[in-house]
Amino acid sequence: MAEEGVSGLRVQRAGPLALLQDAGRFGVRQLGVTQGGPADLHGWAWANRLVGNDWGAPALEVTFGGLELVAERDLSVAIAGADLGVTVDGKPLAIWRSLTLREGQVLAFASPVNGLRAYLAVAGGFRALPVLNSVACVVREGLGGHDGEGHKLAEGDRLRVSATAGREAPVDAAQPPSPPDYQQPGPLGLLAGAQIAEFSGTSLFRAFNTVWRVDDRADRMGVRLTGPRLQCRLSTMISEGIGMGAVQVPPDGQPIVLLNDRQTIGGYPRLGALTPLAASRLAQCLPGQEVKIMAVSHERALAEYRRFRGGFG
Amino acid sequence: MRARDVSRLPRVEPAGLDAWLLRLFDTIDEANLPWMTALTRACEKALGPDLVDLVPSYTTLLVVFDPLRLEPDAARRCLEAQLASLTPDGAGDDGKRHELPTWYDVSVGPELPTLAERSGLSVDEVIACHSERSYRVFALGFAPGFAFMGLLDERLECPRLDTPRRRVPMGSVAVTGRQTAAYPAVTPGGWNLIGRTSTTLFDRHHDGFSLLRMGDRVRFVSVDRADFEAAGGDATPMDPMPKHKEHS
Repeated sequence: MAEEGVSGLRVQRAGPLALLQDAGRFGVRQLGVTQGGPADLHGWAWANRLVGNDWGAPALEVTFGGLELVAERDLSVAIAGADLGVTVDGKPLAIWRSLTLREGQVLAFASPVNGLRAYLAVAGGFRALPVLNSVACVVREGLGGHDGEGHKLAEGDRLRVSATAGREAPVDAAQPPSPPDYQQPGPLGLLAGAQIAEFSGTSLFRAFNTVWRVDDRADRMGVRLTGPRLQCRLSTMISEGIGMGAVQVPPDGQPIVLLNDRQTIGGYPRLGALTPLAASRLAQCLPGQEVKIMAVSHERALAEYRRFRGGFG
Repeated sequence: MRARDVSRLPRVEPAGLDAWLLRLFDTIDEANLPWMTALTRACEKALGPDLVDLVPSYTTLLVVFDPLRLEPDAARRCLEAQLASLTPDGAGDDGKRHELPTWYDVSVGPELPTLAERSGLSVDEVIACHSERSYRVFALGFAPGFAFMGLLDERLECPRLDTPRRRVPMGSVAVTGRQTAAYPAVTPGGWNLIGRTSTTLFDRHHDGFSLLRMGDRVRFVSVDRADFEAAGGDATPMDPMPKHKEHS
């Protein structure tokens, strides 16, 4: 339903990147339209759950910080994902729980304390007109977001909410897990892909035994890892569809993990794909952080994913 | 363990927790299209509500499913059954036909002289060579509504620019390798620009969103500036830019 809701928050200061994201835009990739959606599915899902929202409700993805929002009415909200030094009217705020923001209060995200991307959810979800059946904001494609045009938040923008967004969060709201330590992401699970045997033995050993460094060339399209050069017998291939978390290795031998805003097709050989939750953890890493990659079985990855999704209805 | 028997086609390849990649062919060929379009439709029908997305390309189809609803092994078996019973679309002639009015001019197609120089043709011959052929849409990707079409006349084959442009105007008609395309929106891009079309290629307010679909047939029809502008084309010349070097 294209309900437009009422104004809930006004952007007083925009910061580098804040985007409205629902679960993503699906069913249109054969038109060349990418997936979008939250880079950290885990943090986004928990922010929504803490205010009693169903899976898929639009929430705000705040990257790095620098964002100040003024409440234009009483709102039941929750913040999960990264700790970006959040304050309300200048007082530090505990995150990973729900709270009521009062009309006129200023919610501010400063800069990364733990992780890179915070998620702000409001009871009932933010409201925006879907574009191609989704409000997921993809700046490169000019699709979705609070204005439908794929824009990041700018000063003076208003975020619309449902008229009942001020109700208290449900008392039976789930107990959140302890906030993850995003500085210690643990080994990132990788599901082997079809070209894995085309990499040299040495390269495979290195892929799984190297401490990789998150490069500063990292965004919602992909995260480049730097380390030893991986060699593959294939250099380029005929372009084919790329799944979420795919780890492609271009001729320079430095892997790129493809995330939500990746191009729909591409032509580099791949080691495989990170599991959805591993891709989420990588999306919380700051440039310069170190990560390891670990091969996991489909069974284990599926069990982990189903455990995670099980609580979200 | 990974002997060459895996090279048998078609085959199903792992592509993550929620996806399988169906590989049908190993070369780019117009003859692939009736199989690719038939397979795309068959998978859509077979997976029904368990399907999340489909990404067909030149030789492959990526099938993304919902792993909460469907076991990956069950998805694989279902897809294998589709492959086993696949029959190509009739005569491979199902795609729509489109004509894209195109103004070929150096002001909007700055690589026209480069192509002429490489091929030994005159600029007019390059234009005739590009516009007389009917191209098939092999895949969509790169950007919403961006259709990779081919095959280009061998004489026009050329590498990408060494340095991609930061901003390619909407409607730009371009070539690289043995493929051609038109840019549906302003994006960065590394293809050689030879003209501009007035036709809207991706319209988010229009029902089908993308004018061109896999398997469609496209002709670029040479028009003059007056007709191009009358049809709504934007004749603004390319921004002045540093000269691009070509691969030797």
